[in-house]
Amino acid sequence: MLTYVPESTPAAGMRRTARRPLGLVALIGGVVVAVGVSLLVGSRSIDVSTVLAALTGQPTDATEQMVVLSLRIPRTMIGLVAGAALGLAGALMQGLTRNPLADPGLLGVNAGASLAVVIAISMFGVTAPSGFVWFAFLGATVAAVTVYAVASGRTGPTPLGLTLSGAAVAAALTSVTTLVLLRDLDTLGQYRFWSVGSLVARDIGTIGTLAPFLLAGTVIALLLGRSLNGLALGDDLARGLGQRVGLSRLAAGLAIIVLCGSATSLAGPLVFVGLVAAHTARRLVGSDYRWILAYSIPIGAMLVVLADTLGRLIVQPAELEAGIVVAVIGAPVLMAMVRRGQVMIR
Amino acid sequence: MSGIDIRTQTAADIGSDASVVATVRRVGRRRRTSVCLSLVGVLVVVSVLALMLGDRVIAPGDVLATLVGQGTGGDSFVVLGLRMPRLLLGLMVGTMFGLAGAVFQSLFANPLASPDLIGISQGASAAAVAAILLAGWSGLAVSLSAFAGAVVVATLILLVAGRADAAGDRFVINGIALAFLAQALIGYLLTRSDVRDAQSALVWLVGSIGTVQPADLLVAVVGGGVLVLALVSLSTRLGMLQLGDEAATGLGVRTRSTRLMLLLVAVGLAALATAAAGPVAFVAFVAAPIARRLLGGRGPALVASALVGAVVVSGADLLAQHAITGLQVPVGIVTGIVGAPVLLLLVARSNRSRGTL
Repeated sequence: MLTYVPESTPAAGMRRTARRPLGLVALIGGVVVAVGVSLLVGSRSIDVSTVLAALTGQPTDATEQMVVLSLRIPRTMIGLVAGAALGLAGALMQGLTRNPLADPGLLGVNAGASLAVVIAISMFGVTAPSGFVWFAFLGATVAAVTVYAVASGRTGPTPLGLTLSGAAVAAALTSVTTLVLLRDLDTLGQYRFWSVGSLVARDIGTIGTLAPFLLAGTVIALLLGRSLNGLALGDDLARGLGQRVGLSRLAAGLAIIVLCGSATSLAGPLVFVGLVAAHTARRLVGSDYRWILAYSIPIGAMLVVLADTLGRLIVQPAELEAGIVVAVIGAPVLMAMVRRGQVMIR
Repeated sequence: MSGIDIRTQTAADIGSDASVVATVRRVGRRRRTSVCLSLVGVLVVVSVLALMLGDRVIAPGDVLATLVGQGTGGDSFVVLGLRMPRLLLGLMVGTMFGLAGAVFQSLFANPLASPDLIGISQGASAAAVAAILLAGWSGLAVSLSAFAGAVVVATLILLVAGRADAAGDRFVINGIALAFLAQALIGYLLTRSDVRDAQSALVWLVGSIGTVQPADLLVAVVGGGVLVLALVSLSTRLGMLQLGDEAATGLGVRTRSTRLMLLLVAVGLAALATAAAGPVAFVAFVAAPIARRLLGGRGPALVASALVGAVVVSGADLLAQHAITGLQVPVGIVTGIVGAPVLLLLVARSNRSRGTL
């Protein structure tokens, strides 16, 4: 039902294979550039020497040092980490569900995190975004585990089962969230700013707290490339190749939960990053999941950091939240890629 | 499942392929009839309850008397003037969402390709939220802009996908991309407006059939009726498309133009329903999977999907009005909370029985 068009010719495929490591290096270079730009530009432009001085602790203009250290570095780092995690989770999600339309949010992660944040605001009176982190993480985890458990029979979850139960859990949780918001004006007032995915006023220390999760998720994910290649052929064929299908699915599910949960806790529900990153990666490297997974990390990171930077520039002196700009950049990119014809959904 | 047992038994007993096929078909047809009749039964119960219950509870006999024109003046006003329009709109909206979802999901052979995920609903929502928050409109004007938003998004998807791929993969991905774009616009509008206005926009975004204007109802019933008729005339060809493009071509179906027509009808249904009631969550997504699991088959299941959609919306509206005394919630909140467990239950059950869906 869901397949990707195979590579055009063997020769073209080999050329592409040889270029893959180079492409990865180029993407990482792109991430470095994006981070640099993000530190330099904004409503106040700061030149390179000042940024370097601020970073290395040399004396420089106090205001600019403050801007770099306490505003730009935190949001850049959070964008970098959240984007990387979401990109990787997106590639995993598409491999897990064999559905090129799957976004990591489909596992109910965003809906769970949103409901938990709404509960945090309305019942526990939490107001600072940094206070939402553990609520969001817990909500995301509970939702995703529910989805996974419902979709699993004796034999583990099927792609279609995951897709349907993910959408169902997300719909139910969103309904409850909306019910609270309709009856509680103050909560709506705060929640709406969290829900558009802004990188402002997040606590950079959170990255350290969530680092074990992020690392574990990344390592598991990167080890799964070969298994996902097998799963893409169908469960029976994968079993025939000697793979433990249920175990691979479980590992992929776990990795998605911790990666997405961490990213959503850090930056709010940045939908769409995973989908765009996974498709871009596939466009660049073909159908080998080992490379799709590796590529989707820098692509996701670059997308979010660039989106945040652009958001600072477009409507000066105001700002557009990263989550909004991601959609503005990501949608045309995705449509252009599809127009050139790589994806098949039948 | 029982259908499979019967097939193996018959195969062992008779050993003739033709009679096996005939038996499977007969069992399938019988199951389809019984499922559809049960759904109609549920619909009748829900409808009678919807006409009975409220601040003033009217006995079933009096409801019937009112329906045939024998009721008292007070009963007539409450039943025919207040409750009937709301019930009718709920049934119509549910039918339209159910059909739109079933057509989209069948055409693209993907459960994620329902109008509430591929941009039609989001386009309507963005236009309606803009109309509420930027222009300060309400009522029919909001409905009209929602319809326009849905049509604009559908046109954009088609234009970008290119004529050669009117109903192919590109359509769906473009739709999802535009859905996220529209969602971002909604997020932007909601965060830049006064929180009270944002809340009233949120009410529309949830989907509600609480305030029925005669014009809304008329448009929904007439427009919906026309589109349903169009779909009926296309339904055989939709079934043939399920066999694959080559088989369908062999059967005399012009696949490209048929897909385009089906697509236009489905977009029209989704746009009309969204304009009338807002993007009632989850109905379009859930109707066809539930119908298909009830039937135990894989086809488009149009009739059953329409019935499931109507049951979900009218049943959810009944709960929305009466489940908690003194608290009326928009129907869209209940469809998610009620529809989701039903789907989850079916998913879990088919896992236990077969391991696959």
